[in-house]
Amino acid sequence: MSDVNEKELRELLRRSIAPVENPELEHDLWPRMLQRLDQQPIARIPWFDWVLAALLGAVCLFFPGMIPALLYHF
Amino acid sequence: MELLERFAAGDLEAFETLFRLHQKEVYGWIVHIVRDSGIAEDLTVETFWRIYRSRARFDPHGNFNGWARRIATNAALDHLRRSRNETELPEELPAAPQPDPAIASETRLCVRNAFEALPAKYRLVAVLALIEEEPYENIAAAAGISVALVKVRVFRAVRMLRKRLAALNFSGGTKL
Repeated sequence: MSDVNEKELRELLRRSIAPVENPELEHDLWPRMLQRLDQQPIARIPWFDWVLAALLGAVCLFFPGMIPALLYHF
Repeated sequence: MELLERFAAGDLEAFETLFRLHQKEVYGWIVHIVRDSGIAEDLTVETFWRIYRSRARFDPHGNFNGWARRIATNAALDHLRRSRNETELPEELPAAPQPDPAIASETRLCVRNAFEALPAKYRLVAVLALIEEEPYENIAAAAGISVALVKVRVFRAVRMLRKRLAALNFSGGTKL
């Protein structure tokens, strides 16, 4: 391998993997962009928010006396 | 209100105008990196999706071209990372000239294998600097790194290629 110096390696690369010259976009991508915009994922609720909601529900269920206090803080 | 200000404010028509103005340039940049027209189209849409999502962070007095190119480079780099061991460089690209026919197919395969084995961040700079001969300043701006780091990565990429070719028992003199 020592006989392949850096200059030769560059040349070899260019001869093995041809550079892309003047790439042309063959069609308008805006329709695909619109599709992508329409497919915006609905904002996901993080799992810990669900855990907090479950905890709150459990507190309300098992300790109904806490409900007025919770309402006060809301 | 200027176009870029309207875009930053979330105006879809302004975004469409920017998209139509810049899609060819973004596609052209990406196809240089990924070397596949279909993938480049997907990544162009992905780039503009990222642009649209982060419009609020864009400074309307800034350079949209440079910003778009940087996001496109990141999208292409993400693709190279994901597909490093899955895809090969396509044999034919409609807009590209064919590799030198004088070079043996075995040699070409050897070099391509060595090139595909490069880690994504080295492959990115190697393809732009060594194959497409982009100025280091352009590569640095697009990748969000310094020119010095581009030089270091090109140097390391060349060294890795040489090692890899040596491991493949490649001898430039005999196979050319």
